[in-house]
Amino acid sequence: MARKLPRKDVVIIGLGWTGSIMAYELADAGLDVIAIERGPWRNTATDYPPGYAADELRYRIRHELFLSPSQTTFTFRNKMSEAALPIRSWGAFMPPNGVGGGGVHWNAETWRFLPSDFVLKTHLTERYGAGFLPDDMTIQDWGVTYDELEPHYDRFEYLCGTSGQAGNIKGKIMEGGNPFEGPRSRAYPNPPQDQPFGHTLFGKAARELGYKPFPQPSGNMSRPYQNPLGIRLGPCTYCGFCEWFGCGNYSKASPQTTVLPALVRKPNFTARDNSEVTRINVDSSGKRATGVTLVDASGDEWEQPADLVVLSAYTIFNVQLLLLSGIGKAYDPAANTGVIGRNFTHQTISDVVSFFDPAKFVFNPFIASGAIGMCIDEFNGDNFDHGPHGFVGGGYMGNVQTNGRPIETTPVPPGTPLWGAEWKKAVKENYQSAIKPGTGVHGSMYSYRDVYVDLDPTYKDRFNRPLARITMDFHDNEIKQNKFLTDKFAEIFQAMGARQVHKEYRKAPYDITKYQTTHLCGGAIMGTDPSTSALNRYLQSWDVPNLFVTGASAFPQNAGYNPTGTVAALAYWAADAIRSKYLNNPGQLINA
Amino acid sequence: MQRRTFLALAAWLVGTTSLTRATVIHNHVPWSPHPNSPPEIERLGPWQFFTLDEARAMEAIVDRIIPPDAETPGGKIAGCAVFIDRQLKGPYGSNQGLYTLGPHTKGTKQQGPQSALTHAELYRTALAALDKHCKSTQGGKSFAELDAAAQDDVLRKIESGEVKFDRVDAQGFFSALLKDVPEGFFSDPIHGGNNDMVGWKMIGFPGIRYDYRDWVNRHNERYPYPPVSIAGRADWTPAKS
Repeated sequence: MARKLPRKDVVIIGLGWTGSIMAYELADAGLDVIAIERGPWRNTATDYPPGYAADELRYRIRHELFLSPSQTTFTFRNKMSEAALPIRSWGAFMPPNGVGGGGVHWNAETWRFLPSDFVLKTHLTERYGAGFLPDDMTIQDWGVTYDELEPHYDRFEYLCGTSGQAGNIKGKIMEGGNPFEGPRSRAYPNPPQDQPFGHTLFGKAARELGYKPFPQPSGNMSRPYQNPLGIRLGPCTYCGFCEWFGCGNYSKASPQTTVLPALVRKPNFTARDNSEVTRINVDSSGKRATGVTLVDASGDEWEQPADLVVLSAYTIFNVQLLLLSGIGKAYDPAANTGVIGRNFTHQTISDVVSFFDPAKFVFNPFIASGAIGMCIDEFNGDNFDHGPHGFVGGGYMGNVQTNGRPIETTPVPPGTPLWGAEWKKAVKENYQSAIKPGTGVHGSMYSYRDVYVDLDPTYKDRFNRPLARITMDFHDNEIKQNKFLTDKFAEIFQAMGARQVHKEYRKAPYDITKYQTTHLCGGAIMGTDPSTSALNRYLQSWDVPNLFVTGASAFPQNAGYNPTGTVAALAYWAADAIRSKYLNNPGQLINA
Repeated sequence: MQRRTFLALAAWLVGTTSLTRATVIHNHVPWSPHPNSPPEIERLGPWQFFTLDEARAMEAIVDRIIPPDAETPGGKIAGCAVFIDRQLKGPYGSNQGLYTLGPHTKGTKQQGPQSALTHAELYRTALAALDKHCKSTQGGKSFAELDAAAQDDVLRKIESGEVKFDRVDAQGFFSALLKDVPEGFFSDPIHGGNNDMVGWKMIGFPGIRYDYRDWVNRHNERYPYPPVSIAGRADWTPAKS
């Protein structure tokens, strides 16, 4: 039987990026806030100091900063007709764990989505006609616009000290920035990072081909920075151990380096780590959350009552907890009813690996930051006419190579044996003169009726709760999109003077063992209609109005960018709605 | 671990930073002046997982996966077998942290490996099967007793699926080798492989230097400084005479 803890105004489930932002904003409004985090507290100096943070085996290969599948995992199948099987070790994506969440080990690529991304269904239907979209594609408008989110994107970028070159300030196109981006109210808080040789060469070749290359917006500091909360970050040293690693230099924007030091000083904030929320409790009407039940690391069960619940775990855990708590109607793809689990998406990533003459090119690939790189946006979203191509969507592309870590990044030309003397020779010859961007083509994945999350009928977690089950495959639209983008991407490496260019197209079936990104999206989406969305435009549950759900689970479909900028902007947007609207009159903010 | 603060809130003891125990954080950043989880450094010494027969086979295997050449030692001298030995003795060997609950059903390739075997069991079973196979087809010789060309031939046949083992997936074993041996060649020497940073020197990787601000704008110039490991470098701590 759970013991009861003292009531709080707000309980926050998961202390990652959005949990930290919501906790700060709501504590700042005077509310008594508790955050409950499944993993441990983490500090820069104690958990990933420079003396041992750069351990490729420990962090990249053995995944030390991530959730262990033994704690919980998911099951996966491509088609509804198959039996799903558990993901026993991580592959296609890497669920975070611990205070700071994915903000600890992300690359800090800090993008905004395009204005048209937020009104996607309307925009594409108006431009190409409804018949242009595949029948089973379930894309929707978000219910919020770019202009409404702009101030919140801005807040996040200034919180993080994002390094970048603006491309559009209040409608004025800025030289050297991304001319396709939505208008921003002011420049980035910091100038772009310096670019190593290979990245610079990519930018030059792209410009000569007529594109408008720009430095990737980066949460790695280009210079010392003090953010609006008074927290100071140091300059990035291009150490090449960013994604999958914690930053020992206080140079990567994370909850630890931008929010938590100010948050923990607030007397009305408390955090509880190594404690997993197992259920959101609702009253007998089913319309009001009464708090949460949690289990701590000793196995003791507690009930935390609260007036307001913020669910801010990783995408798919948000969906799973809603299903396990019986909040909202579960999605049924056969009947096409219900909302929890629908419009689940990931990303369509591919890469091009290029080999240059070792006598002429020395790239020093180990000199890099997580969000380094030169990119182009000509083939993202609806920045180009899709009419002749027969698909929708797109992505940014760029030389965004983040590292030369030798276990991961020792590319050899196609056809090289996988072992033996020839392999060894090829590794040695090509290490300094190959470019492997990793996630070079960052394509969108749109939503489909048969791609969704529900509860697995067979496999259980350590608390004997059903695992979340992923049913996902690539559809022709994304495969066509990827072919088109990857070919365009490869042309730029040819123009750079590569002697061999190897295209690694993304192909069906979707493979759970092959890493793409950790950008799972959807499953508890926002929208304007309670019959096709779980949340209203303020991330408030349609069914339980004192529950808000943050994170990429709210995305109706995924765009061709990294999601964190949009995830954080939505958190600020929702926090603002709670502070300015909900607290005065707690209840459903939208009459649907 | 210090225990010092008492919170009436839940009548819980609050510790300093802990990776495993639930704590309540209120009005302070959990802080300890010491690293929370410093690295474990593997030392030379007796085999910790492999039997002597297994170790002989493994040293032969790693020297075929990464053969020695005129400039760079092979997998054996680089310590790849020692690395794998230490890994199999540790959490990797016992599949700690992975999802191990059943049922274990073979699925599609894109659903990923579903075997109930731990990595340690895979190596133990496969190495026994390898020697058994070699002895029955190579005139009573174990894998380690074959010449390099014959060893390569056996490995190639395992890779292609031509040679199968009775109780264990031979190709799955070979896939594990193709992952684990290069990891031993390229991971930080604290893990028992990459002796004297030979893997890093071969390609020009400077290790954990952690600061390249002076070189980021020096385009197309080879970085000149030698590698550094988490444990430093041999010439920093000369042997005691």
